[in-house]
Amino acid sequence: MNGVIAIYIFMLAGFTGYEVISRVPVILHTPLMSGSNFVHGIVLVGAMVALFSAHGPLELVIGTIGVALAAGNAVGGYVVTERMLEMFKSSGKAPNKGHHS
Amino acid sequence: MNTTPTVTAAIVQAAYVLVAFLFITGLKRMSSPATARGGILWAGLGMVIATLVTYLQAPEIGINLYLVIGATVLGGGVAWISGKRVAMTDMPQMIALYNGMGGGAAAAIAAVELYRGDQRGLAFGALAVLGALIGAVSLSGSCIAFGKLQGLIKKSFRFSGQQIANVLILAVAVVLGVLIATGVNTGSSVVTGFFVLALLLGVTMTLPIGGADMPVVISLYNALTGLAVAFEGYVLNNWAMVIAGMVVGSAGTLLTQLMAKAMNRSLGNVLFSGFGDTAGAATGPVTGTQKPIEAADAGVMMAYAQKMIVVPGYGMAVGQAQHKVWELTQLLQNRGVTVKFAIHPVAGRMPGHMNVLLAEAGVPYDLIADLEEINAEFETADVALIIGANDVVNPVARNDKSSPIYGMPILDADKAKNVIVIKRGQGQGFSGIENALFYLDNTRMLYGDAQGAVNQLVQAVKAAG
Repeated sequence: MNGVIAIYIFMLAGFTGYEVISRVPVILHTPLMSGSNFVHGIVLVGAMVALFSAHGPLELVIGTIGVALAAGNAVGGYVVTERMLEMFKSSGKAPNKGHHS
Repeated sequence: MNTTPTVTAAIVQAAYVLVAFLFITGLKRMSSPATARGGILWAGLGMVIATLVTYLQAPEIGINLYLVIGATVLGGGVAWISGKRVAMTDMPQMIALYNGMGGGAAAAIAAVELYRGDQRGLAFGALAVLGALIGAVSLSGSCIAFGKLQGLIKKSFRFSGQQIANVLILAVAVVLGVLIATGVNTGSSVVTGFFVLALLLGVTMTLPIGGADMPVVISLYNALTGLAVAFEGYVLNNWAMVIAGMVVGSAGTLLTQLMAKAMNRSLGNVLFSGFGDTAGAATGPVTGTQKPIEAADAGVMMAYAQKMIVVPGYGMAVGQAQHKVWELTQLLQNRGVTVKFAIHPVAGRMPGHMNVLLAEAGVPYDLIADLEEINAEFETADVALIIGANDVVNPVARNDKSSPIYGMPILDADKAKNVIVIKRGQGQGFSGIENALFYLDNTRMLYGDAQGAVNQLVQAVKAAG
């Protein structure tokens, strides 16, 4: 991986995260934290790759623990976020509340 | 697995681009109530795609592949069951636990690479070590946060020189990390020592922090895990991890700042001062008496009101009264009473938690207003109904400089024409600070447990005909 390009990607992805979240209303703080917690569950693919290439008992054990933890992060993060968000509904009387200032 | 390596690589790369797009779009949609539900579905689709294409990179069928499948099923299965079962009131600590698992996974990836000991340059070593440090701190720190919120750890261990001890642990871990990253000494004992210290640091950093500040800490660890994932993504040459991890890292940092601001605390204050559960020493003199009211009278007052604002607190959720509160709201709405909910940023265990608890009871989100939106409306309300909230409506925060909560933004419930407070008895709140609101002339106390008292109000409103 080219080092300079990697720095650009780190930087641009950082700005993206900031912009995407910057106008979130307080009512969504908890689900959104949970949702972003789910997104870093992508660590699962890394843990899988690490375990695919593991040799010897030590690497296999650590790799297996890594995959199990990562799967827990991804699945658990999804389930609780989905459970919280499916409860949010509008009364239908007022228009969608865009957010304050 | 049957395709040629270049074709496989191209498919994987293309899929990862799609995954990055789905994650970012999903997060964007999750930041607005109307589209939030769809947002998590988009992100979930991205995760499924990412996982499936990663199997294309699997080696020959063998022990490694079996372990990957077994560990995925085990970890995912346990998380699925626990995630489906956890009560909405316990959500913050569950998020902490899942987050810690992600940090642990990032640390495990680094451990596999570092124990192998092959060096691929300084950037590789430095990011592997940094990701490992952050991930391990996030793992052990999140476990402590879980223990505290779950009530498994009740004390806040503090001793003089604690900050110095933390700095020392960090310093030694950094020295070992530098040895590993620069390739000076990549022996397995150095690597093991490094991981032990990193895990220890997470514990000693988190133990002194009080329960009330824990949501901010959980949010911080969430952002840190994102960073750790991004760094390990660089190590593994995996762009999807780099982008998703970095997006979460920065979004999580912003979210942490927003939460700290909503709680009137600075991040440095949370991490290094240990206020979270200590307040309560200073209680200014409060004059007057608490004046009780019967549920029947309170119900009549509500039935003939123009407008009522409900201020729910964590006590309402613990008493499982939110469903009864919604029943009361609907009864009043049918009589033409305008009912709104005023949510303080720290109602519940973390910002936004109360909204989740009300949503669970079926309260539409457009009836719910946050502090800035609703504070001006209390003056026009005939009744303010306080259920299980205390410090967040204490006018002392506005005018008593000696109070520990002075300066905290509060809901101006005292400005309503009538204030009804549902409360178990005459005790003090979570922080132990006397609440001046309870002694005001326009305040009436309705003693009882939240669910029972609200149920009596429902009967009283029905009886009002």
